Amino acid sequence: MSRLALCLLALSLALPLAAQDSMPPAPFAYRQLDDPAQEAAAQDLMETLRCLKCQSQSIADSDAPMAGDMRHQVRIRIAAGEDPEAVRAWLVQRYGDYVSYRPEVSAVTWPLFAIPALLVLIAAAVLASRLRRRAS
Amino acid sequence: MSWRVWLPLFLFAGFLGLAAYQLTQPKDDFVESGMIGEALPYFDLPPATEGASGAATTDFKDGTPRLLNIWASWCLPCIAEAPQLERLKEAGVPIVGIAIRDRPEDVARFLAQHGNPYTRIARDDLSEVQLAIGSSGVPETFVIDGRGIIRYQHLGDIRERDVPTLLAELEKAR
Repeated sequence: MSRLALCLLALSLALPLAAQDSMPPAPFAYRQLDDPAQEAAAQDLMETLRCLKCQSQSIADSDAPMAGDMRHQVRIRIAAGEDPEAVRAWLVQRYGDYVSYRPEVSAVTWPLFAIPALLVLIAAAVLASRLRRRAS
Repeated sequence: MSWRVWLPLFLFAGFLGLAAYQLTQPKDDFVESGMIGEALPYFDLPPATEGASGAATTDFKDGTPRLLNIWASWCLPCIAEAPQLERLKEAGVPIVGIAIRDRPEDVARFLAQHGNPYTRIARDDLSEVQLAIGSSGVPETFVIDGRGIIRYQHLGDIRERDVPTLLAELEKAR
């Protein structure tokens, strides 16, 4: 029991280093846009943008300050009437395809789409030939 | 039994081997900026602390190449690169600092403790300039030529061995 208590105490002391700022979040980091349609567009976009600090999360998912600043950018740009895809393109220009989670067929990624289709075709061909053999 | 029976197993083993190999490879967390070769986006930021000068895009268009250092007082690697920035300053390089999400009193404390290599220090409270130039963390250092074009990006803290590279990039940007 006392060992468990000791473990818990050690865990509670193991706080992460304060390598983060103490500034308040950006105005639109956590505040939704007043127009529900614009907020929905912003939300859809934010869910498909990568947080650069915490690279396995979307900026919609992350509480990192930089993700908050990116949400702020997304929301103010969409509130100003920018098209969500234009905002995505703005970020992709700066950080590459890496920043976008949305699957994109490009010169590099086309095998990812072509190979599964090819495998399905091969499987279908094998199946058809076997069924025909069994029938005969 | 035909050898072809084993083919799927070999394919699977090959795939497994590839996946295992990739898992042991170190992950590169750095995201390079796509803005190299592009003009510095427009900005005009206030000073980060009392007595400092703010920074604007126009400051970079007087014909002199400069370093643009993205940093913060709350960033630990920024302490590690402070001596290197000091050496660059001693070599006559003008360094413009942009403090990300920082408080004036914290900036002042950092500069008093670790030295002030900057000709200008601006504050970027919303990471706006950081996002606009494609920087994904602190510290990062950009070489800006005398016409305000981004020429080179150094990711992470500047180590001793990086100083000659940065000086060479500045020379190239002349």
